[in-house]
Amino acid sequence: MCLGVPGQIKEVYELDGVRMGKVNFGGIIKEVCLEYVPEAVVGDYTIVHVGFAITRLDEESALATLKMFEELGVLSEELNPEHLE
Amino acid sequence: MIDFDNWACPLPLRDYPQIVMGHGGGGKLSNDLVEHLFVPAFHNPMLSSLADGASLAVGGQRLAFSTDSYVVRPLFFPGGSIADLAINGTVNDLAMLGATPLFLSVGMILEEGLPMNTLGSLVDLLAAAARNAHVQVVTGDTKVVDKGHGDQIYINTSGVGLIPTGIDIAPQNARPGDQILISGTIGDHGMAIMSVREGLEFESPIRSDSAPLNGLVTAMLQCSKSIHVLRDPTRGGVASSLNEIAKSAGIGIALDERQFPVRPEVAAACELLGMDPLYVANEGKLLAVVAPEDADAILETMRQHPLGQDAEIIGEVVNEHRGKVTSRTGIGGTRVVAMQIGEQLPRIC
Amino acid sequence: MKYLTEFRNNDLVQKLLYEIHQITTRPWAMMEVCGGQTHSIIRNGIDQLLPPEIELIHGPGCPVCVTPLETIDKALAIAAQPNVIFCSFGDMLRVPGSDRDLFAVKSQGGDIRIVYSPLDAVKVARDNPDRQVVFFGIGFETTAPANAQALVVAKKQGLKNFSMLVSHVLVPPAIEALMQSPTCRVQAFLAAGHVCSVMGYWQYEPLAEKYHVPIVVTGFEPLDVLNGVYHAVLQLEASRHAVENAYSRAVQREGNLPAQKVMQEVFEVCDRTWRGIGMIPQSGWQLNAAYRDMDAAIRFQVGDIHTQESAICRSGEVLQGLIKPHQCPAFGKECTPSKPLGATMVSSEGACAAYYNYGRFIEHEQVAP
Repeated sequence: MCLGVPGQIKEVYELDGVRMGKVNFGGIIKEVCLEYVPEAVVGDYTIVHVGFAITRLDEESALATLKMFEELGVLSEELNPEHLE
Repeated sequence: MIDFDNWACPLPLRDYPQIVMGHGGGGKLSNDLVEHLFVPAFHNPMLSSLADGASLAVGGQRLAFSTDSYVVRPLFFPGGSIADLAINGTVNDLAMLGATPLFLSVGMILEEGLPMNTLGSLVDLLAAAARNAHVQVVTGDTKVVDKGHGDQIYINTSGVGLIPTGIDIAPQNARPGDQILISGTIGDHGMAIMSVREGLEFESPIRSDSAPLNGLVTAMLQCSKSIHVLRDPTRGGVASSLNEIAKSAGIGIALDERQFPVRPEVAAACELLGMDPLYVANEGKLLAVVAPEDADAILETMRQHPLGQDAEIIGEVVNEHRGKVTSRTGIGGTRVVAMQIGEQLPRIC
Repeated sequence: MKYLTEFRNNDLVQKLLYEIHQITTRPWAMMEVCGGQTHSIIRNGIDQLLPPEIELIHGPGCPVCVTPLETIDKALAIAAQPNVIFCSFGDMLRVPGSDRDLFAVKSQGGDIRIVYSPLDAVKVARDNPDRQVVFFGIGFETTAPANAQALVVAKKQGLKNFSMLVSHVLVPPAIEALMQSPTCRVQAFLAAGHVCSVMGYWQYEPLAEKYHVPIVVTGFEPLDVLNGVYHAVLQLEASRHAVENAYSRAVQREGNLPAQKVMQEVFEVCDRTWRGIGMIPQSGWQLNAAYRDMDAAIRFQVGDIHTQESAICRSGEVLQGLIKPHQCPAFGKECTPSKPLGATMVSSEGACAAYYNYGRFIEHEQVAP
């Protein structure tokens, strides 16, 4: 339902009393409301939905998830190497 | 003859008693207009081929004839203007018949109040684009409408060109086994326009790809006589053009998503707005359906041309799922690439 | 780390698929709640790559799909009024009301504008002080903070010409309603990642416990969806029923507290009709007393518009996972994306449109893959 796109915060400022910022989505820069990620700073990644950052992305968790996948793979290859072509 | 006393619009889409924007969007609504309203009304074999232009036998020669109208807001956008689109669009429609474009007409509908220097700039750009495409503007027309009855300027161009003997390029000619080539990155024009559209603005380096493709087509035809179909995937994008080809030729098309050339920033803008680059307009790209034995040579020729450097083979014509386009996905699944209904809209979900 | 391509890595996808095939021993039916996940599943062909034992039931998770016909009719009535600028997310324009859609209102002279963010609608109100500007405030919990912020900002700026037609829906009551249905076949849920980014997932813990159903918070990229399926199958095979978070980079148990605070300031819980499903108690948000003066339904007096849903459309059963889209007799015949009967055919994310556009149409025609 909810198209959320990850982007990196490039700039943080206040506009009419609202915390706003510029977010870079793979080379596309869009103004985004940062009111709901008060802890986020320039350089952080966030998920943006309808022009609002709704969460700060956690790099440690992301890396842990990817590592879990890698390890699954290693295990499978050891058990059944011919399956993965 | 149409009996106007009992005339009811033959369009199946009775939900829309008025024209809506989607009827001009190049997708299914546009096609319905053409198929159910225009073709039956003007019925003739030249029209019924539904190519980008008509191919006409005149005095022992084959003439290509095409027309297109241009309405775009804003008039000037990153990488081009309405003037570039007006010249290149009609030149490309002629080139997609394998023709050498020669002469163009330019008709302008101006809105009262249009600044004279805006018009001046656009005329300069029209002239420059014509020179660049090696065509001449030989006739024209100007009308002015009341303020509020037009969007600054609308431009219509029509063009004629000659189709060299031995060339037979038409959507119906696609046959199983043929390879499908694209001349470069997809979605650039549509996303360049989107980046400056009111309410959606974003900063990006994306520029329109508006360009005349007749030079590229000439080079390709010199390389091979086995080019079966050419199409410039404008409104409705690659997906709509390929669906039209699949339907006209009664064949299936199988694409491989991993081969699509897409600029990273165009891909990113599509992610952001929830759009699919396959459905985004191009103004300087062509699709070619070619015999498999010549595909590699044609690809090489395209890549040597400045407008074909990023050319790729993106799929092939198949005997299965006739009339439909499918694509192999990045992770090895398959999806149907359907005809778009109306305009592609930014979505939230 | 760009948080995008990493989660589309084909090598890892194949590894995870292999693992899922390894651990699956019998048939399991699970529902992906969110339309964004349905989109990803069909767009990437994920369902074709899973073991045949795993059935994915496409859930009610598209706010465009579930917005009741009556609310669409109210929107159309407001948008058709002179002096109104009606702002909406793009997806809502093609949703059919009783006799037309917003595109048709636009073609008849209505001033309808697509905005990217609700704050853009507030800007339209500021730039057009002599016009009434109405924003169509639909969505799940993910969109609610944005709509709430637009109301807060408009109020703070004293914009008397801004109002919102609100039709917000909430996920947990819908899951509960599905589980209470005696015909429900769902054995596990993939919860909607971005809803959980906002609301957290503690609300799902009592549901998992009460109905003995695994609930896995799931993201949207191919690896995320597979990770959700993987964790759901692990639980099902082990007869466990816990809430697990397979989208930990973007979701925390308590959710986004600043966002929840602003939503509390603006909205209050209400009963809500879901298109095709019917009324689900306590499953919506409406404006609370402090913001009721910005309720477009009151300002434009459309409260007495009442509409019945289509009789032949079976989108309700599709949304509940009782039938697949193609099992509805109207599918692909009376009902197509260009002439949709139910909202599941309208949105490209709707289960019926997704089937029609991306998926199963070809399988029916018995065509070799």
